[in-house]
Amino acid sequence: MELTTFVQTMANSVVSGSIYATVSVGLALAFGVMKMANHAHGEFFMLGAYVVYVFYALAGMPFFLAVLAAIPTIAALGLLTERLIFRPTRGNVLAGFMATAGLTWILQVLAGRIWGLGFMKMIPTPYMGAANIAGAQIGLQRVLIVPAAVILLGFLWFFLHRVRLGKGLRACAQDPDAAALQGISINKMTSLAMGIAGAYAGVAGALMAPIHAVTPYMGRDLLITAFIVVIVGGMASIEGAVLAAFILGFIHTFVTTIFDATSAIMVGVAFMAFILIVKPTGLMGRAKA
Amino acid sequence: MLKHKVLSIIGVVALIAVMSILPFFVREYYVEILIIFLINVILAVSYRLIATTGDWTLCHVILMGAGAYASALMAKYFGWPFFMTAPLAGATVCLVGLGIVYPLLRTVGFGFFITSLAVGEFIRLSWIKFHIPFGGPRGMIDIPEVGIIGPIDFYEAIPYYFMTLAITLVCLFILYRIDRSRIGKAFKSIYEDDILAESIGINVGRYRTFAFVIGSFFAGIAGALLAHRLGAIDPHIFALDEMVYLLVWVIVGGSATFAGPIIGVAVMTLLFEWTRPLLEWRPLFFGIILIGFLIFMPGGLESLIPKFTRLFGNRKAAQAKAEQPGGAEKSVV
Repeated sequence: MELTTFVQTMANSVVSGSIYATVSVGLALAFGVMKMANHAHGEFFMLGAYVVYVFYALAGMPFFLAVLAAIPTIAALGLLTERLIFRPTRGNVLAGFMATAGLTWILQVLAGRIWGLGFMKMIPTPYMGAANIAGAQIGLQRVLIVPAAVILLGFLWFFLHRVRLGKGLRACAQDPDAAALQGISINKMTSLAMGIAGAYAGVAGALMAPIHAVTPYMGRDLLITAFIVVIVGGMASIEGAVLAAFILGFIHTFVTTIFDATSAIMVGVAFMAFILIVKPTGLMGRAKA
Repeated sequence: MLKHKVLSIIGVVALIAVMSILPFFVREYYVEILIIFLINVILAVSYRLIATTGDWTLCHVILMGAGAYASALMAKYFGWPFFMTAPLAGATVCLVGLGIVYPLLRTVGFGFFITSLAVGEFIRLSWIKFHIPFGGPRGMIDIPEVGIIGPIDFYEAIPYYFMTLAITLVCLFILYRIDRSRIGKAFKSIYEDDILAESIGINVGRYRTFAFVIGSFFAGIAGALLAHRLGAIDPHIFALDEMVYLLVWVIVGGSATFAGPIIGVAVMTLLFEWTRPLLEWRPLFFGIILIGFLIFMPGGLESLIPKFTRLFGNRKAAQAKAEQPGGAEKSVV
C-alpha cells in the first residue's frame, strides 16, 4: 500500500469510526438504562438523513440548521418509541427488540411512501473542496464529521459525568431499584435515554446525508454494524462502544480498500466472534452479554 | 385427561384429512402456496424447539438457506437424487450449526439473539462473496427438480405437495416426540432457571448446543424442500426481513405449546395472501401486528385456546391443565 493510499485510508477510518461511535453510543446508552434494545435505531439514522433532505435540499435552509433540526425531530421519535413500545414491554428485552423490528418496517414503508423509492435523493454537498493531508485528498464534508463527533461525544461525556440528570441516568443504568429508592424517576430516565439515543442517531444520519445514498433502507446495514460495536464494546458500556466503533471503523475501511465491502462486514463479524470467545463480556463490559 | 388426549388425536387426524383433500379443490397457484406453507411449518416448529431453551435466534432462516444451498449444490454438481441430498443437507446444516454455536454459547438471552444475527449475516455474505460455488448475489439457478420417481412426476404441484406433506408430518412427529421427551423437558428447565438446571446435573451448554443443532437439521430439510421447488435461490430470499416474518409467525401463534407456531404460520399465510393487492404497505401491516401482539397479547393466539375451553363449559379440564405442574407452560417471550 502506498503512503498516499495509506493516509487516505487512515483518514477514512477515522471518519467511519466517528459515525459508528455517534450511532452506537445511543444504542449502548438505551441498552444500559432498563435494557431497551432498539431495532429501529438504523431507521432513526435514516430519518435523520431525510430531515436534512427536507430542510436543506428541498426547503433551502442552511446545512448547519438542517442538521440541528434533525436533533429534536428524531429525539421526539425516540421519546415516542419509549412511551409506546419500550414502556409496555419493560422487563422483557426480546419483546422490546422484536416490537421495534416491527417499527422498522413501519418507518421504512412510511419513508418509502412519503418520499418515494427508486432513485436516491440528490443532496448537494454543502462544503466543497478537499483537505490535503500528506498528498491524500479528503473531502471537507467527510472531514467535518470528525470534529462534529468529537463535540457530540464530549458533550455526552460531560452530561453523564458532570450534570445531575446525567448522573441519574448512570445510576439508573447501574441499579434501577437503588436509583428509584434515591428518588430518581425510572420513567423519566428511560425517556431521557431514548431521547438522547434518537438525537445521536438522527444527527449522525443528518451529517451523513450528503455523502451517503439516502434511501429508506440505508439504516439496515448500519444496524448490524452498530450492534456488533455494542457487543464488542461490552453491551451497556459507552466508553467500550466508542473504542469498539473506532476499531470497527479501521477494520471496515482497511478491508474495504484492500478487498471489498462484503469481506469488510464478514471480517467485522469474525472479529466479534473472536472477542466473544476470548472475552465474553466485551472489551469494557462487566456483565456477560 | 384421557378424554383430552382422544380429542387431540381426533383433531390431528381430521387436520391431516383436510390437508390431504385440500389440494384437489383449489387452483394450482394455491397448491404452491400450500407447499410453501408446509415448509414454513417445519421452519417455525423447529425454531420453537431452539427457543424452548430460551435461546431465541435470528439466524434460523439463514440456516434454512444453508440447507437450500447444500442440497442444490449436491444435486447440481454430483447429480445426486433429492431423497439423498435432503437428509445430507440437514446433516450439513447440523455441522454449520455446530460451528456457529460455539461463539454463540458465550452469550445468553438478548446477547445470543443479536450475536446470531451477526453470525447469520456472515454466512449470508459468504454466499454473496464466493461466486464459486454459490453464484454470488444472483444466486443459483437450474437447480435439478426432484424429477420422476416410478410412476410419479414430482414436477407437478400435487405430487410435490404430498411429498412435502409426508416429510412435514414425519418432521413434526419427531419434533413432537423430542418436545415431550426428557430432553425436551431439560430444554425447558434451562429456560426456567439455568442455574437450577445445572445444579441438578443438566449440562446446560451441551443441551443448548443439542437444541440448536436439532433445530438446524430441520431448518436444513426445509431449505432442501424449498430449493428444489423454487428451482432458483439467491441470498436475498434468506435476508433479515424473512427472519422477522418467522418471528411474526411464532409471536402471533405463541411459543408455549407445540401447536402455537403452526397456528401462527397458518393465520399469517392467510393474511399474507389477502394483503397481496397492498404489496407496498404489507410490511407496515405486519409491523403493526407484531407490535400489537407483543404488547397486548404476548401469549399469542394459542393463549386464547384455554379461554375458549373455559367459555364452552369445559372449565374443569382447563383448570386441571393450569394447575398441573408444567402444564401451564408460560410463553417464552
